[in-house]
Amino acid sequence: MTTLQGYLIVSALLFAVGLAGALTRRNVILVLVGIELMLNSANLNFIAFWRYGEHPELLTGVMFVIFSISIAAAEAAVGLALIIAVYRHYKTTNLDQMDSLKG
Amino acid sequence: METGFLIIAGITAVGAIAAMSLRNLVHCALCLTVAFAGLAALYLRLGAQFVGFAQILVYIGAVAILIVFAILLTRSNETESEAGRGRGKWSSLASVGVAFLVFSVLSISVLSGSMANRTAQDLPDISVKEIGLQLMTGYVLPLEVIALLLTAALIGAVLIAMPEKSAANGDAQTRVAHRSPTEAGEKLNDL
Repeated sequence: MTTLQGYLIVSALLFAVGLAGALTRRNVILVLVGIELMLNSANLNFIAFWRYGEHPELLTGVMFVIFSISIAAAEAAVGLALIIAVYRHYKTTNLDQMDSLKG
Repeated sequence: METGFLIIAGITAVGAIAAMSLRNLVHCALCLTVAFAGLAALYLRLGAQFVGFAQILVYIGAVAILIVFAILLTRSNETESEAGRGRGKWSSLASVGVAFLVFSVLSISVLSGSMANRTAQDLPDISVKEIGLQLMTGYVLPLEVIALLLTAALIGAVLIAMPEKSAANGDAQTRVAHRSPTEAGEKLNDL
């Protein structure tokens, strides 16, 4: 097992953990945390492939990850604002109890 | 396979698993921070210093704090109810099975792929100046789009999180504003 494979397996493990968390947990905040973990595993893949790729001087992987991090930050801000707005309406953060769109 | 990589990878994996499996939400947020720090260390090991420090700034500094604030604001730091978890026991098992399937397919394809003989090239000199030059030349359109997106996300997050009854709140605020000068005056008289 080479180093690149090690990074890719860590990334796959992070993705699987995030997926399992997003599917099993019933708390909205933890579902968002699972999605963040999945985004981070994709970032790790980008950096690993950039480092072990053909042309690391082109900085494509680094650029992609910088943009990806900023998009993930915007997503987290809007997502947590939505969670707070929904909590104010339903008085719960349990996904099973948020079962109607119109309220 | 170096020892340092194994240690950092283990810390990251354990942090992520703990963040997804602990009952107490605040503990989850703390373990998530550990996982983010491990990821930043992995970026630094791979030679991407700028991304590593951006990860520390954005994820540990901002996203983790946002999550802690959301946990405190929704006052849901009590553990999840047993009834809610027991009802979906089979669905939880199925979800974990799906995640395990995804992980095994990914790792089999990684281990059996043609990446085994790939070695790292010589790390080029990637200073922050080089990244800035790239951002201002080749990636200037994505940069502008990201700037617009961040502005929209900032305004949108504030608008969404605003209280629903903004009219009533506005009245209350104006009343407080009208009252506050007199209170201040009374305090001055007391002094």
